[in-house]
Amino acid sequence: MTLLDVHGLTVRTADGRPLVSNLSFTVAGGERLGLIGESGSGKSLTTLAVLGLLPEGMSATGSVVLAGTQILGAREKELTAVRGRDAAVVFQEPLTALDPLMRVGRQVAGPLARRTGLKGGRLRAATLDALAQVRLPDPERIARAFPHEISGGQRQRVALAAALACEPALLIADEPTTALDVSVQAEMLGLIDTLVREREMAVLFVSHDLAVVAKVTDRILVMKDGRAVEEGTVRDVVVAPRQEYTRNLVASARTLESALDLRSAP
Amino acid sequence: MTPVLELADVAARYRGARADVVSDVSLAVRPGESLALVGESGAGKTTLLRLLLGLARPTAGTVRFDGVPLALRDRQQMRRFRRSVQCVFQDPYSSLDPRRRVGPIVAEPLRSLGLDTRAGAAPKVAAALEAVGLPADAAERYPHEFSGGQRQRIAIARATVCEPRVLLADEPVSALDVTTRVKVVDLLAELKRERGLTLVMVSHDLSVVASLCERTAVLEQGRVVEQGDTARVLGAPAHAYTRRLIDSVPRLPT
Repeated sequence: MTLLDVHGLTVRTADGRPLVSNLSFTVAGGERLGLIGESGSGKSLTTLAVLGLLPEGMSATGSVVLAGTQILGAREKELTAVRGRDAAVVFQEPLTALDPLMRVGRQVAGPLARRTGLKGGRLRAATLDALAQVRLPDPERIARAFPHEISGGQRQRVALAAALACEPALLIADEPTTALDVSVQAEMLGLIDTLVREREMAVLFVSHDLAVVAKVTDRILVMKDGRAVEEGTVRDVVVAPRQEYTRNLVASARTLESALDLRSAP
Repeated sequence: MTPVLELADVAARYRGARADVVSDVSLAVRPGESLALVGESGAGKTTLLRLLLGLARPTAGTVRFDGVPLALRDRQQMRRFRRSVQCVFQDPYSSLDPRRRVGPIVAEPLRSLGLDTRAGAAPKVAAALEAVGLPADAAERYPHEFSGGQRQRIAIARATVCEPRVLLADEPVSALDVTTRVKVVDLLAELKRERGLTLVMVSHDLSVVASLCERTAVLEQGRVVEQGDTARVLGAPAHAYTRRLIDSVPRLPT
C-alpha cells in the first residue's frame, strides 16, 4: 500500500525560481527510501514539503499525498493531525531541533501524551521507557537534563525518541547522523535500523553520504539540482549506476574508500 | 632529520578549567612526512593544531620549530615561523573576509610578512590561484561568487602563496560535497608532491587521512593512544579505540 505519493512536486522561491522540479516518487508502508544528493539538490526541501513545513514565501505545486491526505494546500489544522501520526521527523542538528529551555523528558513526554493520552506517573514511566528504547544510559538522569547538558549523540537519540513516541507510519530522517562522530554515527544507524524494523515503519532517509544511506534503506533516489536523476535498489545504484552523475558520485565515494583499503592493506 | 614542528610532553588547559584538554602529547612533524591527527569531537585535535600554530600556549611541555622552542614574543623567530607554517580551516564560508576581493585576501600573508609590495605580490597571487586551479580573473572577484570547493581553493592559495614548508589544515574537506572533496584532496596531494609541502591535518575522516598522510596519530580524550605509519595504524591498529574508529566507517556495498 502506498503511504507517501509525491507526484510532479515543484517547489519555487518567492521570485519563481524552481528549487525542486517535477519530482515524483512513492514510499510504501514499511519501505525504506533514501534521498541522496549534494548541497543544493533539493533533498531537504522535499522532506519539508512532505510535512507541509516549507519556509515562508516558497510555494509548492503538484501533489503530495501522505496516508490519504493531500499535504499541498492543506489547512494548518489538517497538517497538525498528520504530523506525528503519519510522519515524524528527525533533523540534522539536534541542538536546534530540541527546545533549549525544556527538560529533555518533557520534550519526549509531549508527543507521547498526545498519542496515548497517558498522564502523571504512567506518562512518566512511558517517557523513561521511550528513552531506554533509544539506548540512552540512565534515562532518569537524561529525562531531567536540559539539551545542553547531554552530548550530541545523546541529543540525537532524544530527538529520535520524540519522533518514535508518535509511532508514525513514516519516519523522516534528514541527515540525522551528519553532525555526529563516526562511531556515534554507526551506533545511531544501527539503532534506527532496529527500531524501525521492529515497528514496521517506513523511512525516508535523506543524506549526502551514499554509504550511510546504503546502510538503512532498500531503495535510493538520486537528486541533482532539484530533479530526480536515477532511482533503484541500493545495490543497483551503487554497483551499476546508469546515469553519469550517479557514476561520478559513486566513483568519488569509492576513490576515498579505496585509499582506506590501500593504506590499510597489511 | 630535525622535525619542522615538534610537541614534547605538551599539555594544555582552558583558562579556569580544572582538567587538561590535552596531556602528555609528544609528536614530531618531519619534512615530507605528512601527519594526521585523528579522533572524535572533544579529543583535543584542534587544540593541538592551535598549539602547533602558536595560537595557544601549552601549560606544560614545549613546542619546537626547527628544533628551537617556539617563543611567541621573539618577533624574528615568529616571522620565520609564520612564513614556514601556514593554515587552512574547516569552513571556507567563514575563513575568507566577505568584503575583500580574492586578490588582496590571497596576498595577505605576503603583506603581513612584509615580503612584497602590492604590485610585487600580483604575479605571486596569480601563480598561487593558478596552482589551485582557479581562473586568473578570480583575483578581481569576491568570495561569495565562489562555491564552497572553490572557496577552499582560495584558502589554500592564500596559505601557499608565501611558499611555506608546512600546511596545517583543520578538517579542510569535511564541509565539502563528496565530488568536490575528492578534487580538493587531489589538489592537496599535488601540492605535497610538487612543492614538497608537508601537511599536518586534523580530520575525523579516515579515508581522507589515508589519501594524504604518511603518519597518523590517534587521539582519545586529550591523549595520543597510538601513532605511527598510517598503513600500520589503520591496517593493524594496536589500540581498541582505533579499531572502533575504523570499524565505524560506513562502507559502500560491493
